[in-house]
Amino acid sequence: MSAAIEVVNLRREFRVRSGLLAPQRHVIAVDDVTFSVPTGGVLGIVGESGCGKSTLARLILGLLAPTSGTALVEGKRLFALDRKERARLIQPVFQDPFASLNPRRKVRDIVALPLDAQGTFSAAEIERRVAQILERVGLSAEMGERMPAQLSGGQRQRAAIARALVLEPHIVICDEPTSALDVSVQAQILNLLADLRRDLGLTYIFISHNLAVVEHVASEVAVMYLGRIVERNETDALFREPRHPYTQALLASVLTPEPGRGVPDVGLGDVMPDPANIPPGCRFHPRCRIAIERCRVEPPLPMARGAEGMVECHLA
Amino acid sequence: MSAPLVVVQAAQTTRVGKTGFAVGIVIVSVIAAAALIGNALVPADPFVQDLGNRLKPPFWMEGTQPEHPLGTDQLGRDYLARLIYGARISLLIGIMTVITSGLIGITLGVVGGFFGGRVDDVVLFAITTRLSIPVVLVALAVVGLMGSGLGLVVATLGLLLWDRFAVVARATTMQVRTLDYVSAAWCAGASTRHILMKEILPNIASHLAVVATLEMALAILLEAALSFLGLGVPPPLPSWGLMIAEGKDYMFFSAWVIFIPGAALFTLVLGINLVGDGLRNLLGTERLR
Amino acid sequence: MSALLDIEDLEVTFGRTAAVRGASLRVETGETHCLVGESGCGKSVTALAVMNLLARGGHRSAKRMSFAGTDLLSLPDRDMARIRGNRMSMIFQEPMTSLNPAFTVGSQMAEVLTRHKGASRAEALERAVELMGRVGITAPDMRLGQFPHQLSGGLRQRVMIAMALMCDPQLLVADEPTTALDVTVQAQILRLLASLKREFGLSILLITHDLGIVARVADRVSVMYAGEVVERAPTAQLFSAPQHPYTRGLLSCVPAPGKVRRDRPLGSIPGTVPMIPPGFAGCAFRSRCAHAIEICEHEIPRKSAGAAHDYLCRLMPRELEPQPA
Repeated sequence: MSAAIEVVNLRREFRVRSGLLAPQRHVIAVDDVTFSVPTGGVLGIVGESGCGKSTLARLILGLLAPTSGTALVEGKRLFALDRKERARLIQPVFQDPFASLNPRRKVRDIVALPLDAQGTFSAAEIERRVAQILERVGLSAEMGERMPAQLSGGQRQRAAIARALVLEPHIVICDEPTSALDVSVQAQILNLLADLRRDLGLTYIFISHNLAVVEHVASEVAVMYLGRIVERNETDALFREPRHPYTQALLASVLTPEPGRGVPDVGLGDVMPDPANIPPGCRFHPRCRIAIERCRVEPPLPMARGAEGMVECHLA
Repeated sequence: MSAPLVVVQAAQTTRVGKTGFAVGIVIVSVIAAAALIGNALVPADPFVQDLGNRLKPPFWMEGTQPEHPLGTDQLGRDYLARLIYGARISLLIGIMTVITSGLIGITLGVVGGFFGGRVDDVVLFAITTRLSIPVVLVALAVVGLMGSGLGLVVATLGLLLWDRFAVVARATTMQVRTLDYVSAAWCAGASTRHILMKEILPNIASHLAVVATLEMALAILLEAALSFLGLGVPPPLPSWGLMIAEGKDYMFFSAWVIFIPGAALFTLVLGINLVGDGLRNLLGTERLR
Repeated sequence: MSALLDIEDLEVTFGRTAAVRGASLRVETGETHCLVGESGCGKSVTALAVMNLLARGGHRSAKRMSFAGTDLLSLPDRDMARIRGNRMSMIFQEPMTSLNPAFTVGSQMAEVLTRHKGASRAEALERAVELMGRVGITAPDMRLGQFPHQLSGGLRQRVMIAMALMCDPQLLVADEPTTALDVTVQAQILRLLASLKREFGLSILLITHDLGIVARVADRVSVMYAGEVVERAPTAQLFSAPQHPYTRGLLSCVPAPGKVRRDRPLGSIPGTVPMIPPGFAGCAFRSRCAHAIEICEHEIPRKSAGAAHDYLCRLMPRELEPQPA
């Protein structure tokens, strides 16, 4: 199975100055990230605030330029494509259904935008495709005539999905697509995304902080911490046998709806991850319960584990 | 997660606030209507002089003439007709200035806010420079050097009063630029022109409308001030500022000569400000989305 | 034993919209009571109504609303202000907007004590340091002089908790206190609340939409839908024998780790929360319920399903069907 997208050594730095007289600080938001996703697969990316997953999404979508590194989409160099070409290959679904639709335009026009922007479709063709995709995501033609404020959160997210799919892209970057939705609606949207992927042969990169959702949706999971992927594996393998101490802590802190089990002590301590102050050696060592001397000094290299897995830890 | 909170916020515009808005709209509409058709309704001509009929008092004083309900000025011209014509001038200047300054300020602000970096540095520099210029003095100097005239006043004020437009446009553009729907348009391959005109501008327009009303009031006042100083609209055009200036000499004997155009100016500016405040109240409860 | 917080038939309206149409719940001394529901169900408004912090235009009424025996409905504003922050305090979802960015952490915390107990500033700051230590904030002396923006989200929320505890309250109302935090920090904050509960004898009314939190933290649960409390039960019973169709639907929507079946769709509740017009009668859930019949458009009985477990539905109590394996 060929790779739909291959990312190699992707890196993005920011220079931040906090205050007129403070020295400039280097924030390495994405540090040497490498992965590939097979066509039709779903890569789940999990991590907490400051881990760089949103920056990674923006890099792939072309909203930010990388500092260094390459990406290939079906063999083409992603960063060499112009915006219209990229739009035909990759589209986003964002987190906040209230902020991802222009409140001053009709839903129909919003969904038609990718087609309009290409400039190669006739008005009739655009209308046909928009009607088709609206129906496919479960929105009536009448809803297409409304303004976003007149739709519920779940309906707006469906509209956002319709916009993402109307150009028939190959890859969809879902950045926390259900985190802002109610639980009962979340399930509807996740089911919709799964159906669409099967029917249209899509590849997803699914970013989320909700591990239960990722476990349900992804075929492979990558765990990010302070800009790097610290562990990657097939979903079942990762959840059954997490190797990196951070992955273990993350999984341990998920509160499953099982009464009587109390709240676990994940043992991470009080130090908060700060992308502007990445610790030397293994970047996780200040919070790691099994850190040894070597971890403070020497950054671990990615090591293959099993058929698909990878982990960056001296002790894994 | 906050449907009831949104309901609650909208209900916070007080009754006083809503009345003010309504009053403002009424005032501005009446004056605009008068400016448009008033001179057709009033038989007198604002320019015809009648030196034998000078300084006749208005209808609430003794000695008034029924065919001149607001009296006559020092050259015998009907005051009501002049007042109505003056409304036309004030509104025309207000609108033309706002259009000019709005175009300049909004373009600068949106471009600077959207592109950031060096472009924004240039825009900020322009704004800072403009803010350090004393507007009235420069307006006086320009008009003093180049002579007075309606077009010149509009051009001068238009080229000087764009700063608030630019600041508000820049700030709101910077906020809107980070929103997901702009990112989605970018990812959809939309051209920069489309993003600026269809995604950003419509969503900051309401804030700019508020600025427009306030700048209009300012422009009208400034024009009156310039005309008062003899450097604005040239006579015999009945700008309210000019009417006030011309009435200066008769202030103690026929106070109404100054009072009437002064009251008209005050009322118009008040009305416009009330509309602006009302708009801001209406829109202030919306989060910038 | 009379409850610490006793609410019966609370109604809150904003103009013509009814945000809460009949909420009844009791928080006993020393228990963690979770009020769970999705957005727009009225759970936050309920908390604000209890604290009398409803925004302008909000009107509350209830058959009974009492705190430690004192009737809250007829209490004059000045007396309510003495209770708020003192014997009953609240923490909110967004710690950044709940802390005043213009004042240091120390001065904000001290103000609570100086205003309510008349303590001197020095005494108040001392207690602030003590409490910050108790809630796990490192270097509390240094934190006194810091501003909210200098602290991370988890730290800010700890400051909020410490601030809420300054006057040793009997009841802590927490509105989605961990929703904005990372999952590892959430676990820490919840553990902290549990230990404080034990140490201070605190009762907690915890408002959330997260069933995982409810399961792990709550002693008893009230489920809200469209402005009404539709089911109340001790936690274990709610999860093992949920009675109301909405509760059942909600529980089926949550992906359970370890029991994941990727080839099957997640359970979901069809439709969306309806707008409730004034004068609405009957069950608000009927438009989405598989068991709705004509009678559901009229008065809905409150049925009992065991000790301290009741729900608003015409259906008789029944066991949870075994989930398909």
